[in-house]
Amino acid sequence: MAQKKLRIGWFTFSCCEDSTIVFTELLNDHWQEWKKMLDIRHARVLQSKNVLDELDVAFIEGALNSKKQVDAVKEIREKSKKVVAIGACACTGLPSAQRNTFKPKEAGEIKPLVEKFEFLPKAQKLADVIKVDVNVPGCPMDEKVFLHALNGLLREFKII
Amino acid sequence: MHTVDLSLTKEITKVEGAATLDVKIKKGKVEYCRFGITEYKRFYTQAMRGKPYRGLPALLARICGTCSNAHLLCSIEACEHALGIKPTEQSMIMKHLTMYGLNIRDHALHLYLFSLPDMYGKDSFLSFDENDPEQHQILHDAFDIKAAGNYLSIIIAGRSVHAVNPSIGGFLKVPTDDEVQEAIHKLEHIRPAVLRTVERFENCKFKFDRKTHFMALINNPFSFLDGEIASDLTHERIQEKNFRNHLEHKVISYSQASGYEFKEEPYMVGAMARLNLAKNSLHPKTKASLKSTLEKFPSTNIFHNNLAQAIEILHCLDQSIEYLQNTKFQKEALAQPAKKSGIGIGVVEAPRGTLYHKVEIGEDGLVVKGEIVVPTGQNQINIEQDMARRLEELIPDNPDEETIQLELEKIIRAYDPCMSCASHFLKVKLHGLHLS
Repeated sequence: MAQKKLRIGWFTFSCCEDSTIVFTELLNDHWQEWKKMLDIRHARVLQSKNVLDELDVAFIEGALNSKKQVDAVKEIREKSKKVVAIGACACTGLPSAQRNTFKPKEAGEIKPLVEKFEFLPKAQKLADVIKVDVNVPGCPMDEKVFLHALNGLLREFKII
Repeated sequence: MHTVDLSLTKEITKVEGAATLDVKIKKGKVEYCRFGITEYKRFYTQAMRGKPYRGLPALLARICGTCSNAHLLCSIEACEHALGIKPTEQSMIMKHLTMYGLNIRDHALHLYLFSLPDMYGKDSFLSFDENDPEQHQILHDAFDIKAAGNYLSIIIAGRSVHAVNPSIGGFLKVPTDDEVQEAIHKLEHIRPAVLRTVERFENCKFKFDRKTHFMALINNPFSFLDGEIASDLTHERIQEKNFRNHLEHKVISYSQASGYEFKEEPYMVGAMARLNLAKNSLHPKTKASLKSTLEKFPSTNIFHNNLAQAIEILHCLDQSIEYLQNTKFQKEALAQPAKKSGIGIGVVEAPRGTLYHKVEIGEDGLVVKGEIVVPTGQNQINIEQDMARRLEELIPDNPDEETIQLELEKIIRAYDPCMSCASHFLKVKLHGLHLS
């Protein structure tokens, strides 16, 4: 019987994608095992043919800066059984949300851009917008916490 | 007959960060062809003001994940120049090694995970077939090279992303003898894999010839950290501190980033620019191993940027082994400032090209203001021009959407753009206001 795989998506919003890079470094040691266990349905960094259908787990990196981004994570939430917030920006909003506490001078300076590109009034962390099941904090994400979370999910979905 | 009618907006994949491709063709004529950077700005230019300068490099590293250690070292250099801090010889060696570790893993990421699937008609690197001997070798080479670069970054800089050891005035930690030996072993072990990488990209049939200009910070020996800025557009060498005065800023209204020109000409930065301008200063072992390959440079084939990255991996490896074998690392005190305030400029060659940081530090030790120019902003005008030309070439064959997307993405990926970097500093002109 074919090995059952965990259906995952890896999504990135406003951030520096440091955790995506850490994920690609973790592949150095884990790619053979993960190839067998993960069905990567959606990951812009790895492939062009991405589908957002029913996911077991969505990993979401970054803070949210626009209605479009908020709508996107809501859709991901609807289609995913579990959502994991990846890295500091998804878990806490910072540093991407640094504009939220700008003083009037800096806030005034960025206002025309905030308006032109239809930013939300405040950058938001993931849990401000959708239910998050697991947090993997760190800037970049802590590798050990990520591996612990992933292995927990692999067990929960009876992949291992 | 040119009858193509097509309008597409696609998210670009296998690149660093978010960007879109916007194409409209009417009756076989290109109405527009745009490379739009859709990353939301995170406003580091404003956020850095009023912060203690000691924390600035770690803050600015967060501009970008994959290039974070280049931003870190560039900001450290800017702060050191502002306050008259002179790094020790060992610090400089460790900075070089930080850049080598970064380039090994970052170039390998781009070459294997982003570019190689195009050459093999695959969508994802992970779908390469382990049971096919050639593809099996490719998979192992990719992850072995990345892992060696990652290990070098960890023992020297503490981490390969947002490193914790490099600091203003020196390094907070030095590697142990065992770690150095292990790094030498890993680097020597991957040398055949790196030579195979060069061969793979040398054999790549993709070709897109374009006359353009090149710019890079160059030195002898080949360095990512020091030297002077050279370009084929001028015989004079530009000092780091004067670099920004030579760039003209160009507004791109539909992008969250904008472009730059030099002497009113678009230009290219990155690995191919570096090799076109400084291939003779590569490590002697690299030159000896790649004699005929290096004859391809200077090149005007944009896809040779990939080959140039592969060659740079070998240089980084050979130079790192030499440094590691000849340095007895010892803990040093951090070099101290000679003055309390000042303006400083740092210029480094990030994996994707010339990176510029400027900082002004006040008497109170707080950042007054700063400016940053990133490589992708400098390449952006070229990328768009090349996409438009490639599209014109494709139209006579009545291409479908998928072909257009793939062919334009191949060009974009050859430049290895980084949108995380590009979106955050570049100025946007709006209703007569000038912002950064």
